[in-house]
Amino acid sequence: MLQAKRKTGLVFFPAFDWAIDPTHPEREERLLYTQDQVLEEGIFDIEGITEYKPDIVTINDVNRIHFCVPDCWHVMTESHFISAGGAKTIGMAVLEKKVECGFALVRPPGHHAMRVVHGARGFCNVNIEAIMIEFLRAAYGIGKVAIVDTDCHHGDGTQDIYWHDPNTLFISLHQDGRTLYPGSGFTNEAGGPNAAGTTLNIPLPPYTSDEGFLYTIENVVLPILDEFKPELIINSAGQDNHYSDPITNMNFSAKGYAELTSLLKADIAVLEGGYSIEGALPYVNTGIILAMAGLDYSKIREPDFNPEKIRQSPQVTAQIKEVGKTVLATWRTREQLREQLQKTAKNGFVERMRRIYYDTDGITELQKEKIQVCRDCGGAIRIDTSADTGSHVLAVHIPIDACDKCIEQGQQWYEEAGSDPFQKAFLQNRTKDKFFEKNLLRR
Amino acid sequence: MIIGLDVGGTHTDVVLLDKQGIVKEIKVHTDATNLFKTVLAGLEKITLDINPKDIKRIVLSTTLTTNSIIQGKTPEVGMIVSSGPGIDPMLFQTNKHFYPVAGSIDHRGRRIEKIDPDEIQSIGRKLKNEGVRYVGIVGKFSARNPSHELEIRRILRNQFDEFFLGHRVSGNLNFQRRIATTFFDAAVFPVHKRFYLAVRRSLDQQGMNIPIQILKADGGTMNFESSIGFPGQTIFSGPAASIMGAMAFSPKEEDALIFDIGGTTTDMAILINQVPLLDPLGIELGGYKTLIRSLKSKSLGIGGDSVIRIIDGQIQVGPDREGFAMIYGGNKPTPTDALAIMGKLEDVDTEKAFKGFESIASKLGVPVEKAANMIFDHACRKILTEAEKMVNEINSKPVYTVHELQEGYQVKPKKIMVLGGPAPYFAEHFEKISDYRVTLVPRWKVANAIGAALARTTCEVSLFADTERGILTSPEEKYKKNISTDFTREKAIKIAFDLLKHKAVETGADSEDLEIELLEDQQFNMVRGFHTTGKNIRIKAQVKPGLIHRYQSILQKISD
Repeated sequence: MLQAKRKTGLVFFPAFDWAIDPTHPEREERLLYTQDQVLEEGIFDIEGITEYKPDIVTINDVNRIHFCVPDCWHVMTESHFISAGGAKTIGMAVLEKKVECGFALVRPPGHHAMRVVHGARGFCNVNIEAIMIEFLRAAYGIGKVAIVDTDCHHGDGTQDIYWHDPNTLFISLHQDGRTLYPGSGFTNEAGGPNAAGTTLNIPLPPYTSDEGFLYTIENVVLPILDEFKPELIINSAGQDNHYSDPITNMNFSAKGYAELTSLLKADIAVLEGGYSIEGALPYVNTGIILAMAGLDYSKIREPDFNPEKIRQSPQVTAQIKEVGKTVLATWRTREQLREQLQKTAKNGFVERMRRIYYDTDGITELQKEKIQVCRDCGGAIRIDTSADTGSHVLAVHIPIDACDKCIEQGQQWYEEAGSDPFQKAFLQNRTKDKFFEKNLLRR
Repeated sequence: MIIGLDVGGTHTDVVLLDKQGIVKEIKVHTDATNLFKTVLAGLEKITLDINPKDIKRIVLSTTLTTNSIIQGKTPEVGMIVSSGPGIDPMLFQTNKHFYPVAGSIDHRGRRIEKIDPDEIQSIGRKLKNEGVRYVGIVGKFSARNPSHELEIRRILRNQFDEFFLGHRVSGNLNFQRRIATTFFDAAVFPVHKRFYLAVRRSLDQQGMNIPIQILKADGGTMNFESSIGFPGQTIFSGPAASIMGAMAFSPKEEDALIFDIGGTTTDMAILINQVPLLDPLGIELGGYKTLIRSLKSKSLGIGGDSVIRIIDGQIQVGPDREGFAMIYGGNKPTPTDALAIMGKLEDVDTEKAFKGFESIASKLGVPVEKAANMIFDHACRKILTEAEKMVNEINSKPVYTVHELQEGYQVKPKKIMVLGGPAPYFAEHFEKISDYRVTLVPRWKVANAIGAALARTTCEVSLFADTERGILTSPEEKYKKNISTDFTREKAIKIAFDLLKHKAVETGADSEDLEIELLEDQQFNMVRGFHTTGKNIRIKAQVKPGLIHRYQSILQKISD
């Protein structure tokens, strides 16, 4: 009987009764053929592969990361609670050593969801990886975590959440933002003043094939991971780099995904996007599962696989090498980068203004973000956010390892918040693992 | 009158029932080396002095096919396996003559790569040279499109005695299990067929020209003749017989645990509101996982005749058995001997039990009586612990839709029903050491044979519609039809029910006594490029395991 070399946990939650709308790519049918393939291959019968029932996350789990406006119930459905719960289940199984690694094959996805949530962007409402990671930090005292996002779209939500966190290394490999949603993820986006260099973006040119992806993993991602020494590696395993994906332009194959998985050796993989539901997902998912379990995946192949047809051009190869050099340089000069950014501080604070568009729900948000420059912790964050839904709230984040000064600053911001102009104020005090909110609407 | 016969590891139980209740019940010793003889002896003994014309139904639950697989006493068979991309099919090898071949079908049943007729011919020649007479043919996704399996058979026709095709064993997806199930069918076919002919001949000689039913692991029956093509379906029916025997007496609107305590094992199962739970995929036997439908049960190697050992001061009961208890002439002390020492058994030679327990008692450093109590208590607690594990495992079973997860039913049994030889003694102790309400199944010594006698014919069908491709198909039922884009789920359900009723009656059901239900009912819009291009419909329906209606009246009489 087939036996896994690494004990692997799986949560399979295809949410067969949930869709954004009937003809949306993020629909009921999305994991149907993956389920067929996984069942026919008998994946769940493999000795050492354990299927778990997904847990449901709690409001507390969500409030560790997100400021949902006006509240969680307005921006989440049952499916989001279960999808994030599936990731959490795998995280717990890995940390309790029931399995060595695990894969949450869940939907809806989450990597475009940012810290503040007014609605859905890029098919995402809440960030399921971040919810899982922060639960694991609170429950098991995990410190350094690395997230490698291999979805074809830039993981701008995860980037936003960990922009100021020096203990979370976020590396995103994606199709160049000049050619694809969400239009961000360039090499110069490298994190805030307290955490520059722990956000790394690797924009890859269209038509990058197996060769380019695997080159980047081996020569850029793995050396950085070796140096960062995370306690946990998370793979945001989007599958839309596949050559048959209808909404992207890359040339990655199922076997390539399996090889990437076996190189990366992530502890936890979480499904993100991937909309070639017949031609790619059944094969890519089977390949990823086999690779995680340490089993032979050499016979996994798409019916129409033709390596010649998807081979990348020499120009693409050259561009990828250039990007890799830039990213490694950013990583190596992260200390200088932090100093430079910290020098821009006024009265000890760095500010940025942003306009964020929620494409799925058609909402526009305006954000004024302020961070206390700090050498001792991630720094207290104050976000003044308003949206064209009419919402206007203040959101304050005190990081888990906050120093006394940042705790005090965060508290002060929250206490100061008044009904002009805010309707509500939120405070995430992660040092106490507590969430506070106050209603400021005038009667 | 009807006859129910259940072959167990130690005894074979036979009952004769009529509308007044049990007319006759007997036990014959099971001769594992000659089950034909055991079964025929049981049938002869129960029909002695009975007018053969009065017997209307015979149901057999045997271990013949199970044993021949476990003991590896099966003939060489050939397996031809067409996989296509995926896990290397050699990892699913079931036997020596196992040949992966070209050809591939995808998840929607589309042909991706053709069969190579020359390759098949050449394997056919090899199998013939090796003296193989029975051939299993299995394709990946053949439950969606059986054409490759059919084509391979066509190429090899007339060259072998019998073919077994993967798509006929089940409508469920699972290539590896389909291979194992088809292999079992081919491997036990000759012995099963010989058995059928022997029983048939014997009954005919006695003037009983009535259909014989055979019990399946899912607690239903099928007629013996239909089972010839699917002999794997008769594997492991023992636990099902006991569950069916307990089911009628289990509490309504409540969950109950069933323990069948035999000589070798304790089989455990769960009834929810009188309905037994089905295993989601199928039986596991001899290291092979199959698609053979089965009631969910768990077999624990603790029975009345289990060997007792003391290892480093720790009590271990089972999982093996070496013949009889010492009081019945065995060489090793057993829980049955413990019962004798505890004074629970009448008319037995307790002297032998005391003697056998001396070394156990000295290893435990307690008097013999105390040791017997400790051993018995240990066995009972172990059974309860394992039962709780089974309940937890069922409750943590993954589910696939939001609705199911929210409505997720949690099994919480508060009642235990016990049957089998030593049932009363165990029941008494379970009640003492746990919070369960514990009762005996009426006629606990032969309830398994009663369960077999009264079991209804069951079956399952799967129907798959893909309106984008214009296909409606149920390969298992040899059913295929073209459909138009306006085909609906309602129509699919109606067709599935028709197929199910037809199959049930064909395999021995009474058309007036079919309790049918949907097991799966899913419809997906197929969207390509932001347009709905079709519907993907999956329907699964079954005849529920249950007891035949005509004999409901005797249940009351039996429990009196």
